[in-house]
Amino acid sequence: MEKRLYSQPGDHIETRAPVTVSRYRGFTRANHWLTAASLIVLLVSGMALFHPSLYGLTALFGGGQVTRWLHPFVGVLLFFSFLVLFLQLWRLNLPRPEDVTWVEHIGEVMKGEEEKLPELGKYNAGQKFVFWAMSVLIVVLIASGVMIWEQYFPHLVSIPVRRWAVLVHSLAAVAIILVFILHVYAAIWTRGTIRAMTRGTVTGGWAWRHHRKWLRELAGRDGRGPAE
Amino acid sequence: MTTDPSLDSPRTAVSNPPVQPMKANLGPGDVIRASAMPDLPPPERELTPVAKLIDVSKCIGCKACQAACAEWNDTEPEIGYNTGVYENPHDLTPEMFTLMRFSEYENPESGEFEWLIRKDGCMHCADPGCLKACPAPGAIVQYTNGIVDFIHENCIGCGYCITGCPFNIPRVSKTDHRSYKCTLCSDRVAVGQGPACAKACPTQAIVFGTKEDMLTHAEARVEDLKSRGYDKAGIYDPQGVGGAHVFYVLHHADQPALYSGLPEDPQISPVVRGWKGVTKTIGLAAIGAAAVGSVLHGLLARANKVSQQDEHEAEELVDHGIPRAGTERV
Repeated sequence: MEKRLYSQPGDHIETRAPVTVSRYRGFTRANHWLTAASLIVLLVSGMALFHPSLYGLTALFGGGQVTRWLHPFVGVLLFFSFLVLFLQLWRLNLPRPEDVTWVEHIGEVMKGEEEKLPELGKYNAGQKFVFWAMSVLIVVLIASGVMIWEQYFPHLVSIPVRRWAVLVHSLAAVAIILVFILHVYAAIWTRGTIRAMTRGTVTGGWAWRHHRKWLRELAGRDGRGPAE
Repeated sequence: MTTDPSLDSPRTAVSNPPVQPMKANLGPGDVIRASAMPDLPPPERELTPVAKLIDVSKCIGCKACQAACAEWNDTEPEIGYNTGVYENPHDLTPEMFTLMRFSEYENPESGEFEWLIRKDGCMHCADPGCLKACPAPGAIVQYTNGIVDFIHENCIGCGYCITGCPFNIPRVSKTDHRSYKCTLCSDRVAVGQGPACAKACPTQAIVFGTKEDMLTHAEARVEDLKSRGYDKAGIYDPQGVGGAHVFYVLHHADQPALYSGLPEDPQISPVVRGWKGVTKTIGLAAIGAAAVGSVLHGLLARANKVSQQDEHEAEELVDHGIPRAGTERV
């Protein structure tokens, strides 16, 4: 069998009429939703402690004390859950020449006119940006977060370092929330995307439209294409 | 200097407290600032600013203040162990709000050995870093008389007060996960009594009264010290934090660091100001704008939909394999 260049082991043509393509396995989906749920809990609890006007959100967790206790543990959970995603996905998120062309035509992407864009593998430059931004920000957040984890690491760093850590933690948190909004919005705006993380499959048309190189590779492996 | 109950605060810690029952004289209406409560209503009245003056030159290191503090606040500091230094416990703890810090100093000018003993504890800053950093509404309050107090039922134990404090004072309890520090005996001051440490001090190195009286007293002490050859004697009332309601007379006011690392020019760190100022405001605004922006784009802009043509192309590809247009297969 040919070496995979644009697809992940497990990606395959699931049905032929109509065409559906398996994009994420059950384990990956479950783990993604664990990451997502953790991120939402972190976002809500973190925002509650970030701005006084949002402190009321601590009630969702049973008060300020519980929120303070819960937030770092969920952070650790997210770190490990995302680590698994990272190990699975990093290779296909490495930048490729066609990403440059894609970014240059971002205006057409926003208009939904993908005809003139290059054919793409499993991820476009926007998805890659989300992936790497999440990766970097999560590392920054876990590192700075441990430094300000009063309950277990009160003396890990000096107080001046702790001041920087809390500032960096809040800046990184704002950044990751922006990336999160971008990620969710792009998934909704690009119709047919969300089922990749719910059912695990996308339609052939979706794959043709957005990730043609990926589809071609899978068709070459599983279809009655010229490869056979 | 009396403890007349008609006064809004005791003018001394030395005399005995009033015998007639009196209502607590520090209440919610006396709060001028509270953590994470930017829209606090203004206080109902202005109390006379109070202060505790610690005259380091008079201190004999007896630790009566520590004992009185633990006694009054009903804390039970752990029985310590001796590591060859006089500090006991070795640092401020959630059960020990004040600590005599001992430093040995060989004065290069006089060649004399000096024992500099400083009673460490909350300075009750006019601009408190703990209060600025605290995320829990009403967990840290400042009264119009200058006392900065932790309201423990509102504390969530995050330790941000430690991050904010320029003097490294607050300590979070491992037992109840709430932060503790000197209250300036707000509960005593409220009923006409001076702080327990000042009351217990045998040499009156610790005195309590209005800030004005204490400054006058401190100036007289500085003059006295100067007449005894301490040319650099002075008052340590750090203006970087807006002045403090606990302040020192030092024999070497030009070198506060000699006194177990008393900071030269303490102020709320610019990092903390940046975190609690522009980051908080701009950060929330950016998140809000992104959320609203994406909803608007979702409502107004055309979604990116997969067409029938796309589906057809995919079927062709999977069934028959369409050679890739134009480019070579990589």
